[in-house]
Amino acid sequence: MSMLKSFAPLPLAALAFALAAAPVVARAQSSGLGKPIAEADIKQWDIAILPDGSNLPPGSGTPAQGAKIFAEKCSACHGEAGKGGVAPYYPALVGGQPLTNGIDTVKTIANYYAYATTVFDYTRRAMPYNMPRSLADDEVYALTAYILSLNKLIGDNDVMDAKTLPQVKMPNRDNFIMPYPDRL
Amino acid sequence: MGWSRRRGAPSSDDVALQQVAGNGLINRRALLGQGAAIAGAMGAAGAITGAAAEPLADAPWSLAFGEITPALQSPSPFEKDVVRATSNPKGEFRNSHARTPHQLLSGTVTPNSLHFSINHCGIPNIDPAQHKLVIHGMVRQPLEFTLETLSRYPLVTRMAFVECAGNSAGMFAKVPLQAPAGLIHGLVSNAEWTGVPLSVLLDEAGIDPAAKWLVAEGADAQFLDRSVPVKKAYDDALVAIYQNGEHLMPGNGYPMRLLLPGYQGNMNVKFLRRIKVVNQPAYSYFETKNYSQILPGGKTWRFHFVMEVKSFITHPSFGLNLKEPGLYAISGVAYSGTGRISKVMVSADGGKSWAEAALQGPIHEKAFTRFVMPWRWNGQPAVLLSRAYDDGGNVQPLRADFVAMRGEAVNPVTTPLAFPNQHYNSTTSWAVDGKGEVSHVYA
Repeated sequence: MSMLKSFAPLPLAALAFALAAAPVVARAQSSGLGKPIAEADIKQWDIAILPDGSNLPPGSGTPAQGAKIFAEKCSACHGEAGKGGVAPYYPALVGGQPLTNGIDTVKTIANYYAYATTVFDYTRRAMPYNMPRSLADDEVYALTAYILSLNKLIGDNDVMDAKTLPQVKMPNRDNFIMPYPDRL
Repeated sequence: MGWSRRRGAPSSDDVALQQVAGNGLINRRALLGQGAAIAGAMGAAGAITGAAAEPLADAPWSLAFGEITPALQSPSPFEKDVVRATSNPKGEFRNSHARTPHQLLSGTVTPNSLHFSINHCGIPNIDPAQHKLVIHGMVRQPLEFTLETLSRYPLVTRMAFVECAGNSAGMFAKVPLQAPAGLIHGLVSNAEWTGVPLSVLLDEAGIDPAAKWLVAEGADAQFLDRSVPVKKAYDDALVAIYQNGEHLMPGNGYPMRLLLPGYQGNMNVKFLRRIKVVNQPAYSYFETKNYSQILPGGKTWRFHFVMEVKSFITHPSFGLNLKEPGLYAISGVAYSGTGRISKVMVSADGGKSWAEAALQGPIHEKAFTRFVMPWRWNGQPAVLLSRAYDDGGNVQPLRADFVAMRGEAVNPVTTPLAFPNQHYNSTTSWAVDGKGEVSHVYA
């Protein structure tokens, strides 16, 4: 206000501008262009699972249940019991060579993945390749359990659910180096 | 060897024509608008090879009314071979790639129709009026945006290269692949991108200061997602909606994509539909498997992110044979995911001697810079290579040094379409034999 006193009275137009600008300044962080949406309305899209199990849905499945679903919906591409061999571009889901074999070793669930949650997440978001998002959560748990059991990463009768899946210890988990931690 | 000596004592014009490194590299200033020097150089080349020009006649296309100007123009039919090399020409039910034909292009801007594109489950046909982008998670207020609302922000424009982490992966092969520059290095392109700074949208949603990561997700048929550090989002990330002045190409993310300048192409999530603010990386499929690298000895890199300083010569290169001895311009592109290109050195003798190339400005950070080096080929075998330096002090490694650290593929690499490993950025060498034929060598 002291600045204003040192000048001649403001022209009306300038005063109107100053008044109009005030609320804009008060909302400097908000353009008003983003439309508020409730988290509940994002549920269908909110499919990213974190390695600690955050956002895993309710439900469960066993290797035996998964075997049936796999034969019906997955083996056409991934081969019988996930052994691959159908076409070179559809990966086997079981086995894997040691990474010490070379820098071009084929990366697999057993020899590479750091977290079992990745298997659930990718199966649910992307599989079957021709019908993404068509699997029920119980089916995804069952398929994840089946694939993990084929790789001897869990027992044949282990149930996978939101509590057990993040606890599966993946063999390669501690083998990763972050080359540039300062970039985080 | 240097032809300027044949012309007698060097004059001031001759300075720009002097050989500055072995096998005929000429001072880079000979290309920077110094008329006398250029004229002299061309004259010398003509003196060696000079076939006389024939009498001129009017061409048939000059003597008839041409085609009516179309609404949307496309390249001349004579340019029909300037296309991307595709990885899935039979349309099999799998991923599909298309690579930029760098050996057929110049300048720094990749035409939109030739920008590289990788799609793991096809290109979605997205109606921009129906497409939505949601920002949620660790924010004060989840928000939804559309192409229309994003278009109302003050938009930001910048140059940026986008490079697949698997670009140049064929050079992990023990034996150099004989393939054009666009097949070996075609998974990098450069464009002018326009969009809204991601920081503006995150601030509008009210990001939790404790948040460290974003999960960015596309609207393709596998909802491709990648974890991105919040730090990068506030550095220079854009939600891009224009590419070289027009809306994005479908294969480049129409109607909106994440642009993370200098970061692995796969992280620049296309068809962007969702950003979830979280407290830990998701270890999504692509960051867990494809875009993580096995090192010699069996350890693995995760979250490498940055595409390191790199350059390659596009002219001459494999498939662009030299017709006759004389003057040529060695030219190529250089770029760095950490900053600006500060210098490009070129060698014509396999790395024994080097000279500094001219850089064509303006030099943008995290974008292509074209370099040019005048060269007088004397008809003898030569090996050409370029080496880039950036303003962060990073230097493109020579191949021998690179593979000493990162290793070579154990299994034979039979196609430049293969990805034995990733994050390959060593020098590339092209050998010119006595007939002018160009091949790929390791020097």
